[in-house]
Amino acid sequence: MIAALICVFSLVAFLQFFVSYCHAALASTRHAELSDRVREIAGIAGKTVAPQDFLRLLQFLWLCPGEDVHVWQVRAVALYYHVLGVINRLCRMLFPSAAEWANQSRQDCSQFAAIVLDRRIARMQDLVARQARNPV
Amino acid sequence: MLGPLDYFLWITSFLLEAWVVFQVISSRSFARYYPVALYMFSAAFVECVHYVCITRFGVSSPQYHFVYFYTGTLLTILLFWVIIQFYQQAFSGMNVRRYIRGGAAILLLATALFSCVAVRARSDHLTNQFVVEFGQDLYFVGVVLTYLLWAVILYFRETRARLVHLVLALGVYFSGTAASYALRNLFPCLHVSFFQWALPVLGTLLPLAWACTFWKVPEDSRILAYQLAGRTP
Repeated sequence: MIAALICVFSLVAFLQFFVSYCHAALASTRHAELSDRVREIAGIAGKTVAPQDFLRLLQFLWLCPGEDVHVWQVRAVALYYHVLGVINRLCRMLFPSAAEWANQSRQDCSQFAAIVLDRRIARMQDLVARQARNPV
Repeated sequence: MLGPLDYFLWITSFLLEAWVVFQVISSRSFARYYPVALYMFSAAFVECVHYVCITRFGVSSPQYHFVYFYTGTLLTILLFWVIIQFYQQAFSGMNVRRYIRGGAAILLLATALFSCVAVRARSDHLTNQFVVEFGQDLYFVGVVLTYLLWAVILYFRETRARLVHLVLALGVYFSGTAASYALRNLFPCLHVSFFQWALPVLGTLLPLAWACTFWKVPEDSRILAYQLAGRTP
């Protein structure tokens, strides 16, 4: 009985901490401006990134070389994006406000992926430019 | 017998723990985060002790079993000290430092005493059931302490991004570990398939998240309450 209670409480706490951790990770990129370069590459037409762009951006991200500390954060955010997708589908009929919140958070996930992609591309271009200047 | 994944997680944990210590010192945050550095240094040292024990006695020996459990308990108690230091930071604007210290000293002593008595009393027959139940209870105390700390952070609208990241990572670690122990207690048959990896992976995620925090989140960066709730201003 005690083990079951501890289990339920810990799992609920785990979900809450995980969601808050993802929000904290996403907060730094929420209002960052996307460059024209990443818009062009990822085919982003509007001013903001759509929630459904996330998976496409993720594919670009894995294609773009460069290991950095964001890899684990991207994995955590990808997991969070899928959890939000489930919440969005489940709540669409019964709790529209919760579905709207989940959709907004999924958009933050897309924005995060776009910003990380932008940084990676910038770093790659910088590396190529440096190599062109100083060929070995 | 340990497999390649065990060694990978082991080496990764060790390197990340050493990396956190380096980050805390190099970012000149030692005065503020010395319990974090001390905990990570101790964790890295314990990884070395485990390695020596395994090479000398073997992974299934009672000696390794005892050392693994004893050091794990001591590390968890050390982690409580880290939480208390986070409490002090969260309450830094108020004049309650004395009360936190008093409460923390009582909590640490009580937990340490209970842990030592419990482990020593069963040192000759550390059954799996006892180990799982004790770990579950100890980590659950950590979950409750971190949860209360998180409530304090939200109540006082704490904006220091680094502190928020550190506390959230700690919360994920404690709650994930407590849930793993509790599930293992409830379903012992699942031990080999799932729980064999759950604890080492969670143990690697904490130094990873803290290393990312010290590396990427500057001390002066701020995060607002609505951002943590995932809302727009």
